[in-house]
Amino acid sequence: MEIFPQQASTFAPHVDALYGFLIAVTAFFSLLIGTLVVVFAIRYRRRSPDEVAKDVHESAVLEVVWTVIPLGLVLVMFFWGASVYFRITRPPADALDVYVTGKQWMWKIQHTDGHREMNELHVPVGRPVRLTMASEDVIHSFFVPAFRFKRDVVPGRFSIAWFEATLPGKYHLFCAEYCGTRHSGMIGWVYAMKPSDYQAWLAGGVAGETLAAAGAKRFQEHACNTCHAEQAGARGPSLNGLFGKQVRLQGGQTIVADEGYIRESIVNPQAKLVEGYPPIMPTFQGLISEEGLLQLIAYIKSLSPPAAPGAAAAAAAPAERKPVKP
Amino acid sequence: MSTPAVSPPGAARAHRVNYLNERYGVASWLLTVDHKRIAILYLIGVTFFFAIGGIYASLIRLELLTPAGDVFQSETYNKLFTGHGVMMIFFFMIPGIPGVLGNFLVPLMIGAKDVAFPRLNLLSWYLFAIGGLTALWAVVHGGVDTGWTFYTPYSTVYSNSWVVVTAVGIFIAGFSSILTGLNFLVTIHTMRAPGMSWMRMPLFCWGMYATAIIQILGTPVIAITLLLVAAERLFHLGIFDPAQGGDPVLFQHLFWFYSHPAVYIMVLPALAVISELVTAFARKPIYGYKFIAGSSVAIAVLSFLVWGHHMFVSGQSVYAGLVFSVLSFMVAIPSAIKVFNWTATLYKGSVSYQTPMLYALGFIGLFTLGGLTGLFLAAIGIDVHVTDTYFVVAHFHYIMVGGTIMGYLGGLHYWWPKISGKLYPEYWSRVSAWVIFLGFNLTFFPQFILGYLGMPRRYHAYPEEFQVLNVFSTAGASILGVGYLIPLVYFFWSMRYGKDAADNPWGATGLEWQTASPPPTENFAETPVVTGKPYDYATVAEAALG
Repeated sequence: MEIFPQQASTFAPHVDALYGFLIAVTAFFSLLIGTLVVVFAIRYRRRSPDEVAKDVHESAVLEVVWTVIPLGLVLVMFFWGASVYFRITRPPADALDVYVTGKQWMWKIQHTDGHREMNELHVPVGRPVRLTMASEDVIHSFFVPAFRFKRDVVPGRFSIAWFEATLPGKYHLFCAEYCGTRHSGMIGWVYAMKPSDYQAWLAGGVAGETLAAAGAKRFQEHACNTCHAEQAGARGPSLNGLFGKQVRLQGGQTIVADEGYIRESIVNPQAKLVEGYPPIMPTFQGLISEEGLLQLIAYIKSLSPPAAPGAAAAAAAPAERKPVKP
Repeated sequence: MSTPAVSPPGAARAHRVNYLNERYGVASWLLTVDHKRIAILYLIGVTFFFAIGGIYASLIRLELLTPAGDVFQSETYNKLFTGHGVMMIFFFMIPGIPGVLGNFLVPLMIGAKDVAFPRLNLLSWYLFAIGGLTALWAVVHGGVDTGWTFYTPYSTVYSNSWVVVTAVGIFIAGFSSILTGLNFLVTIHTMRAPGMSWMRMPLFCWGMYATAIIQILGTPVIAITLLLVAAERLFHLGIFDPAQGGDPVLFQHLFWFYSHPAVYIMVLPALAVISELVTAFARKPIYGYKFIAGSSVAIAVLSFLVWGHHMFVSGQSVYAGLVFSVLSFMVAIPSAIKVFNWTATLYKGSVSYQTPMLYALGFIGLFTLGGLTGLFLAAIGIDVHVTDTYFVVAHFHYIMVGGTIMGYLGGLHYWWPKISGKLYPEYWSRVSAWVIFLGFNLTFFPQFILGYLGMPRRYHAYPEEFQVLNVFSTAGASILGVGYLIPLVYFFWSMRYGKDAADNPWGATGLEWQTASPPPTENFAETPVVTGKPYDYATVAEAALG
C-alpha cells in the first residue's frame, strides 16, 4: 500500500520536504506529550483513595520556555511554507499556455495549436505549463496530486496557475471543490510525456484551427473589429501590442493589461475605461462562452508577440505567434 | 485505585427535594426557567441531533467501503454528507457543551442561583429546537446537497434542494447561540458569589466566557451571510453570482469569518472541561492557571483573524495568504500552552484513572495530534496540496470528534453524579472510553494518509487504490459507533438503577461539589462565600474527604 504519492513535478520535492519536517515535529511532540502523560499517570498514580497531591510551585521560566520554543518552530514552518508557496505562485515567462474550462462535470482543455481534449491533458515534462482556467458554472478546483498542484477555478474570473512535470506518466486529475451531483465524476488524467513523445502527440490527431485563429473568428463574429480597428482614430483602443502592457485608465490609474483585465473589459466594459475613450462599449456578459473568452484572450495575446520567443515555445505553437489579421 | 464514594443509604436522602423531583409533569419541564432543567432539555436535544448526524456518518462510511458508488445515488450521497455536517456542527457541537454543561455548571460554579436571564435561557433552547426541527424538515422533504459550507454560486443558483429552509433553520439556531453567549457573559460578570474574583473562577467558566465572546461577535455574521444566500436564491439579487456581477469568493470570506471562530465555539468549551478533569483526577491545583485562562481568551481573539486560511487556493492575493498563514500558526501557541500545562499538572499528582480521566487523557492525545496537523494546513505550501482532501477531513475530526466529543463525554461522565444524582457503571464506562479512543483513531488516522495521497473530500466514488485505507476507516467507524451506543445505554440505565451518588464523589474542589447531588432548585441553601484560590486540593479536598 502506498503511503506517499508519486513525485512528478518540480513542486513535489519541495512540498514533500516540508511535509517530512512537519511529520518529524508532529512525531516528536506527540511522543513527548504521550510519554510524559503516560509516565506521570503511572509514576504518580493514586495509591490510596484519600491521597491528595501537594502543590508544585509554578515556574514562570518554564511557561516562557514552552511558549517561545513553539513560537520559534512555527515561524520556521511559516517561512518555509511561504517560500514553497512563492515558487508555486510565480509562472515563468516561457511557460507553455494551456486553456482550461471547467463545467458540471467535465474538464475541457484547449491547446494553443488547436488540439482539444476532454478530461485529459497532455503536457511535456521539463517545460513549465501555464493554465488559464475558467468555469462555466460553479466553483471547481483543478487538482493533480502527483504534481502537488491545486487551484480553484472560480466562475467570473480567470484562475491562472502553473506546474512543471518532471516524470513521464499518467496521473490523476481531480475536481477538488465540491461542484454538485457528479462531483466525484469530474475526474480525468494528466499525461506527462517526454518532449519527443509530446511532439508526436501534437503531430497526430486532428488539430483544428489554432486557438488564436478561433479567437480571431469570434472577434469578427461579435463585430469587435468595427471599433477595435488597427488604424488610429478608431472608436475603441487598438489591441495590437496591448497584452502585458501598462494601460492608462480614466482617472489616471494604470493597470497591466493581463488576462483578468481583458476579460473584465469584455464582460463589464465600463469597469475600467481606457483614458481618452468614451463609455460606449456594450457588455458581452452572457453572450460569449467561457471557451470563447479564452479564445479571444489567445487571439489578443497573439497580437503581442513576445520580444524573444523561446525556441521551445515557437516549436510548440508556431501558428499562434503570427498576428492574425481580422 | 479509588472508587467513587457512595452516600450512605437513608430515607432522609431519598426524599431530599432537588431540582429533578421538586415538580413533575411535562409543563414543569417545557416551561422551566431553571438553568439545570434547561441543561437537561439541551441534553435531550443535542443527543437527538447527534444520533441523526451519526446515522448519516454510518451511511457515508458504508458507501465508502467500496470504490464504486454502489449503495446510494450520487445525489443521495451528497445529501448525506451535507446532512451529517449540518446536524453535527450547528445542532450538536455548537450548542452541545455550552447548552448542556455550560447551562448546568456556570451558575453552580460561580455560586449563583441561576443565570442572569433565566427566561431568555429558555427562549434559547426553544430557538435551538425550532431551528433544528426546521433543518430536519428540510431533510425529511428531500434534503440539501450543498455541503455544510453552502459555497456559492452552487448554493444560490445551481442546487436544486432545500437550501433556504436549511439556512433558515441555522439562522434561527444562531440566535439561540447568541443569547446563550450573552447570558453567560452577563452571568459571569455580575453574579459571581462573594469572594469569587476573576482569578478564583474555575477554568471551565473562563472557557465559557471566551466562547461567549465568539458566539456574540461571530454568529451575527453567519446570520447575515445566510440571509444573503436566501436573498440571492429567492430574489436573484446578484451578490455572489458572477453572472450577475456578484463575487463567489465574497461568500467564502463572510462564511469563514464566522465558521472559523465557530470551530473554537466547539472546541474551547471542551478545552475548558479538560482543565477541570485533569486537576480533579490529579487532585492537584492546575499548573499555570493564569496561562490556561489567558490562552482561552487569546484563542478567542485570534480565531477572528485566521479565516483566510480556508482560501489559499481560491485566488486570494499572495500577500493576504501569507498574513493568514502566519496568524494561523499563532493559534498553535495558546493551544500548546494548554497541553503543556495539563501535562505538568499530572507531575507529582495523585492520578486516578476513572472514566472522566480516561476521556481527558484520550483528549490530550487526540487534540495534540489534531492541533499539530493543523500546522500542515497553516503551512501554505502544503495546504495547496492537502486542502479539500481527506487530510482536512481527518484534521478537523481530530479536533472536533477527538477534541469536542471526547471533552463533552468526559465532562458528562464527571458531572453525571451531580446532574442525575446517580453513578454510572464504572466498568462499562471504561470499556466505552477505550472503544471510542481506538475506534476513533482507526477511523480517522488513515484519512491523513488518504488525503496526502490526494483523495478529494466529498467524493461519492473514488479510484481503487484508495480502497484499503477506506476499509480501515469504515471498520473504525463501526467500532466508534458501538462506542457511542454504550454510554447512551448505561446513562439511561443509571437513572433508574444506578447507585446514589454522594455530593462530592470525586473529592473535587469547586462550588458545584459543595451542594447536594442533584442540587436543589435554588442551587445553594445559602450563598457560598469564596475565600481561597481555585483547585486548592491541599486544604479543601482533605476536608471534603473527611
